[in-house]
Amino acid sequence: MSDEKKHILESLNLNLRYDGRKLTDYRAIVVEKNVVKNAEGSARVKIGNTEVIAGVKMSLEKPFPDTPDEGMLMVGAELLPMSNPEFELGPPGIQAIELARVVDRGIRESKSVDLKKLAVAPGEKVWGANIDIVSINDEGNLLDASALAAIAALQEVKFPELDGDKVNYKKLTTKTLPMKITPVSVTVSKIGNHLLVDPSTEEERSVDARLTVALTEKNIVCAMQKGGDMPITDKDVDAMITLAMEKSRELRKFL
Amino acid sequence: MQGHLRRSRIANNKVNDMSYTKRFDGRKFDETRKMEAKAGVISRADGSAYFKIGDTVAYATVYGPRDLYPRFMQNPEKGILRVNYNMMPFSGSGERVRPGGNRRSRELSMVIEKALLPVVELEEFPNSVIDIFIDLPETDAGTRCAGICAASIALADAGITMKDMVAAVSVGRVDDKIVVDLNYDEEAYEDGPVADVPVAMMPRTEQITLLQMDGEITKEELMQGIQYAKKVCKDINAVQRQALKEKYQNGGSDE
Repeated sequence: MSDEKKHILESLNLNLRYDGRKLTDYRAIVVEKNVVKNAEGSARVKIGNTEVIAGVKMSLEKPFPDTPDEGMLMVGAELLPMSNPEFELGPPGIQAIELARVVDRGIRESKSVDLKKLAVAPGEKVWGANIDIVSINDEGNLLDASALAAIAALQEVKFPELDGDKVNYKKLTTKTLPMKITPVSVTVSKIGNHLLVDPSTEEERSVDARLTVALTEKNIVCAMQKGGDMPITDKDVDAMITLAMEKSRELRKFL
Repeated sequence: MQGHLRRSRIANNKVNDMSYTKRFDGRKFDETRKMEAKAGVISRADGSAYFKIGDTVAYATVYGPRDLYPRFMQNPEKGILRVNYNMMPFSGSGERVRPGGNRRSRELSMVIEKALLPVVELEEFPNSVIDIFIDLPETDAGTRCAGICAASIALADAGITMKDMVAAVSVGRVDDKIVVDLNYDEEAYEDGPVADVPVAMMPRTEQITLLQMDGEITKEELMQGIQYAKKVCKDINAVQRQALKEKYQNGGSDE
């Protein structure tokens, strides 16, 4: 065990975190909407010093053959080298892929966006919502920040005008995305026997296991992802989901 | 320039019968768009900056001097500078920009590197690399210049020894007028010839470190454009210096 982790564990045993928070406290959260003019919807989320931007570009796509009358939802994440000295240039690494897929599942599986209403000509043309998440500054908990930014950006989307089968990005309509449900993701981390939320950079390095839980406003669990090298028990899962439910109500207030 | 991103010509583009008598956004011909600069905006980085000119927004982060790998690239006599220019996927006014870079972004990374190279004292950092990441959340032409302006602030913020700062602006010609700081609408002007000339300078000595041009321009017009650039780069440099003063007057800690 690293000295850093030893020290973090000793502190947690005394109920202390380096920045003085309680184990179940998030850092200050700021959600700014419409931060990128060229995106059809966008949001910047800050959790403490951690900062991400999510932007949505709408495009016309040919639907998948098995869902000819449904629009498309695509989530991409870029962990830019600007945001963390350990991130490197190049194709998305496994951390970025996991992040994008976890955010994607939270939105998709909650049926947040009514994809049927995105069909323009079934079988031929449907709207695609391309959600791109970029990390600006990584001081821990990119997962929760990204999921929150993605939903906030989706809520702001204004469809561009259609000129025949061309998208006119210069003219936005007042039409918004048909959204029924707003999923919110909370990641609960386990270090030693302690459960905590919103880990800092140092805490993140020491995490034994984490569970990301995406929840609807009715507390339906719509996606989960366990991470970390250590196993967890069913009791852990119970406690983690309970904590996630409690914290998701706080996060949802920012939407 | 930026051909694949260029908007289709907008309606009402034509202001007058023959010449470009008034700029689309009402600026004077030798006037830049509104600028805003901040130093130290990304806490994980060794140096960072935000530079906004009109609707073009650039972040620049500096990591280093840090060890250079692979080892055979190390030079015991001096360090190397490495620049990466990246447009965020939602930053363009048209379709989504596919992440991961392209020929254009690689060329711009290279010319920006050369624009900054003359001011950085690389002899002080043997075997090391100074990484600069330029990331653009929002673009409306002039991105390489905005990136250079931001990078120069970020280098100073990182405490890298420099001979001077570098300021950059695009000058050029729209129809029969010499203009400063073209936006997309001006680059896409179709009722007469256009030239776009990005210029970077060391403001103290007025030496030019970046000069590119595409379009049509006479030598006389070009020289007049460069004279404009000299003046404007000094104004930009005042904004850059002010950003650094603001950070370090308040004790110099990252936010």
